[in-house]
Amino acid sequence: MQNFWFFIEVLVGGLLSGIMYSLVALGFVLIYKASSVFNFAQGAMVFFAVLTFVGVMELGLPFWAALPVAIGVMVLVGMATERFVLRPLVSQSEDTLLMATIGLSFVIEGVAQLAWGVDVRNLNLGIQDEPINWVMDKTGMLISQLDITAGIVASIMVASLALLFSRTKVGRGLRAVADDHAAALSIGIPLKHIWMLVWATAGVVALVAGMLWGARSGVQFALVWVALKALPVLIIGGFTSVPGVIVAGLLVGASEKVVEVYVGPKFGGGVEVWFPYVLAVLFLLVRPEGLFGEKIIRRV
Amino acid sequence: MLSKVVLRRGLGRMGVAGALLALVTASTPAPAQQAEQYFSIPSTRVGPYNAQGTGIYGGMIDYLNYVNIKHGGVNGVKLTYEECETEYNAARSVECYQRLLNKGDQKMLAWDPYGTPLAYAVIGRVAADNVVLAQAGYGRTDAADGRVWPWVFGAHSNYWSQIAMKLNFIQEKEGGIDKMKGKTIVHLHIDTAYGREPLPAMRQIAKDWGFNLVEIPIAPPGLEQQSQWLQIRQAKADWVTFWGAGAGMSGTAITSAARVGFPRNKIIFVTFGGAEEDMIAGGAQSKDTYVVAMVLPGKQFPLIADMEKVLYSGSAGKGNMQNPNRVGTIYYNRGVIAAVNFVEAMKNAQKLHNKVGQAITGAEFRDGYEALDYTSDAKRKELGIEGMIPGYKLSCRDHEGAGKFQMMQWDGSKFQIVSKDWMGANDPKMIRTLIEDSAEKYAKENNITLRDCPN
Amino acid sequence: MFYREAGQFRTSYAQDSQIFPLRQDRIGIAIILMAAVLLPFVANAYWLSAILIPWLVLSLVALGQNILMGYAGQLSLGSAGFMAVGAFACYNFILRVEGIPFVVAVALSGVCAALVGIVFGLPSLRIRGLYLAVATLASQFFIVWALDKFPWFKNYDPAGVITAQPIVMFGHNFASPREKYWVVLVIVAALALLAKNMARGSVGRGWMAVRDMDVAAEAMGLSLLRTKLQAFAISSFYCGVGGALFAFAYLQTVEPSAFTIELSFRILFMVIIGGLGTIMGSFLGAAFILLMPIFLNVSFHGVFGQSVDASVISAVEQVIFGVMIIAFLIYEPLGLARLWQLTKERLRLWPFSH
Repeated sequence: MQNFWFFIEVLVGGLLSGIMYSLVALGFVLIYKASSVFNFAQGAMVFFAVLTFVGVMELGLPFWAALPVAIGVMVLVGMATERFVLRPLVSQSEDTLLMATIGLSFVIEGVAQLAWGVDVRNLNLGIQDEPINWVMDKTGMLISQLDITAGIVASIMVASLALLFSRTKVGRGLRAVADDHAAALSIGIPLKHIWMLVWATAGVVALVAGMLWGARSGVQFALVWVALKALPVLIIGGFTSVPGVIVAGLLVGASEKVVEVYVGPKFGGGVEVWFPYVLAVLFLLVRPEGLFGEKIIRRV
Repeated sequence: MLSKVVLRRGLGRMGVAGALLALVTASTPAPAQQAEQYFSIPSTRVGPYNAQGTGIYGGMIDYLNYVNIKHGGVNGVKLTYEECETEYNAARSVECYQRLLNKGDQKMLAWDPYGTPLAYAVIGRVAADNVVLAQAGYGRTDAADGRVWPWVFGAHSNYWSQIAMKLNFIQEKEGGIDKMKGKTIVHLHIDTAYGREPLPAMRQIAKDWGFNLVEIPIAPPGLEQQSQWLQIRQAKADWVTFWGAGAGMSGTAITSAARVGFPRNKIIFVTFGGAEEDMIAGGAQSKDTYVVAMVLPGKQFPLIADMEKVLYSGSAGKGNMQNPNRVGTIYYNRGVIAAVNFVEAMKNAQKLHNKVGQAITGAEFRDGYEALDYTSDAKRKELGIEGMIPGYKLSCRDHEGAGKFQMMQWDGSKFQIVSKDWMGANDPKMIRTLIEDSAEKYAKENNITLRDCPN
Repeated sequence: MFYREAGQFRTSYAQDSQIFPLRQDRIGIAIILMAAVLLPFVANAYWLSAILIPWLVLSLVALGQNILMGYAGQLSLGSAGFMAVGAFACYNFILRVEGIPFVVAVALSGVCAALVGIVFGLPSLRIRGLYLAVATLASQFFIVWALDKFPWFKNYDPAGVITAQPIVMFGHNFASPREKYWVVLVIVAALALLAKNMARGSVGRGWMAVRDMDVAAEAMGLSLLRTKLQAFAISSFYCGVGGALFAFAYLQTVEPSAFTIELSFRILFMVIIGGLGTIMGSFLGAAFILLMPIFLNVSFHGVFGQSVDASVISAVEQVIFGVMIIAFLIYEPLGLARLWQLTKERLRLWPFSH
């Protein structure tokens, strides 16, 4: 029985971990849905967002004032990206855009370190990263309060974003812009406003993801590599689906942790480094568009 | 289009010009006025260990400058240095080694890259290059046997002595070696050569004492340790020896431990990744964590206090540390001691080879390093480091020296020393035998004749 | 004026399909090769061991990456993983086969890397673009993990960091930087020539067809399976040989942590900045990426003395790389190689303008 509860604990821990990946992947999906650009720099943006937030707080601003400042900075980053990276490359191939965003990620990482330095910073959100006592007493499982909070926050964000995209006029405008800029422009959709909204939203998502990650593991450069884990989540979930990202995140997080705990020791551990990627590749071979994505049609 | 082409071509030309500049500056000999001795500083100020790199190399540079300012150098020989950033990357470190090897007509005397993989990268070539590989408290453990590696040192302790000391401390806390039977000790380590380094000694002691050793690796960068700590809880570990990599991983370890409710006062951190910055990264939950110290922190030691006065007070502005508050922290003091070893070795070399007041060669420096002797209290007091390090000396055969540490505990804002005195392994002879066996095996496999050492 | 092409006639098909049809080009290449061979007599050990050898080795790996990305259009982020395969394979061949000449060991390790490349290239038959990039990331992480976890690869070495054996061929130990440089030079020059010829021939044309529009290529009768896997195999061969040389001629240790994802990204940058789909671009890009940090270091030291923190220099380096990549992609997607080509075109006409 003990072993069963342990398995549940590992599973729940993995699911909650997966939610964290989903939060990062959410930013990717937003940008992709609105501009058909795959923003490899999203991980760097997560890092930059939370680093700015913490840095600004260190300079003296209180929590609630630092939030809008960080969001504002991210909007600026987004606008700059759109203006200087995406617009000049507007008719290039997908691969070219991807490589440009890889370059962008390096620029953002470098600027982040130049602006705020390389020290590891602690982020205290006021939520204790400690086990919830009544769960522990009832079942012997240790579930962290921070993880539960992250799960709730992520669910709220996903629900609101999904609603945004499917029910509101703004959401429809976003999808129109993603399908065809020229056509959207021709029917009067304000491109600039739409893009500003998208990057602002992506910035908010990045900031929230960064804050939760930072509270969990400290605000540091290695966050950028953790963000790479969002890639398998995207592939499994499909690039264009917001709920898909959550499902995929749960799947990746849970499977990764379970495999690491139960299969890992046989190989000396470290399996979770590559397992999500291999899982993604297997998915790709069977269902290239992901669980919830749109079918990819290529024309010659 | 043309302007862009010109711009790009101009950039290309700049690159060529820069390369030429590098060539010129790399091969211009320094004009010799006063006798100078050149040291290399292969810093790790960037990368996962940046807190360590800025502290240790800052301390090293500060001590070299301090000796120049306060004593006018070593017997009149001014100390110079050149820094190269390795980013804790083996390939960059090799490149830095090549770049710093020669300065003008001098060769660097010592190489202390503060990274086990970085030490391994050059360990095969230091003998041919006549460079001392200083490995101050890290690196290839069996190099403590000077018969096989005459050019490699590990003053004043290595990882096998360290893990033995930790286990010694644990058995004291548990009430004796016989109480260790049946206990579970987890070695939670980063999944690299450095993390696995103490395992041979640990496995031997586990066999001798009868405790259950569980080895749990963490893949770099180690920001997610959820599964590992769940495994630790599942294994019902009594103690955890944490062999981490950098403040980020240390912080995560502490928060993950808190998350699964593992008591912090049953976790022991390692010297390479156990400092104020690591504890601060874990926040309030770091309280009560144990950390091993090879060199004690603090500004109360006369040398550190004087260094602060000479380099940082008022408008002196000669200190290397960006944040003067870090003077006296663990990493800073470690760096200072590493530089003290260099300077003392230089003094010994000048005396041994009748070159007082002159620059020395690599071979002479090696002899001087091997002659390091801090056993006399008076000597340590004179240097101002009494209490900071244990008394020890190196010899032809013994390139480790002390193998002794102190145990500290984090009280939330600073470290408290909780061990009564410098302590080492419970059975230092066993550790030494392990080291010499491993070294002899290496020598046999690689056709190295053992040096003939009297002691 | 220099390129007086008048009077140079080509009277046979063989002459027409030379790599360097102009006499001036041939002379130029001969001079460059002579200079490369004689260089060790003037360069000091630092330049040989720390700049030229890694430049040649990384150019070779960039060449492999270029074959895969530039010619065949398959986005790959796993070059460091294949380098690791090459390095460990070379170590194991020399360890377990008595008296094997170094060149043979290197060639065999390239073949090992090629086989691994084929396995991890299989997904390319179904996926492309970013998805393939993620699949190659899978290969990168998995390969490095496997080489680290299974102690057989490291000959059960307790430390896990193995020293590379000396380079021994025909009884001679190529130990000094000069000798190592010559070994590397010969191998790299030969493989570069091979790559140039492959790129010019039907093999290369097949890759470019797949790159430009693989559906159309398949409709024309090109076997996608063969072409794509061939690209992966040859590219991995080059990366494997490069990895073996990287470990044996440069680092002198063989350890998985030298072949990280950061190295993969560096090689990607070399290829993008140097010029996708060019042989020359691999060399130029490698030189740029290798020399930029040194140039930055030296110039910062020169301008600011020793007061600039290394983290600042490293961050500036990152920013510069990123900006250069974006700039090149916007203004000159064919990279430095194209700029060189434009220069040559103008030289052919000079002093006339058209």
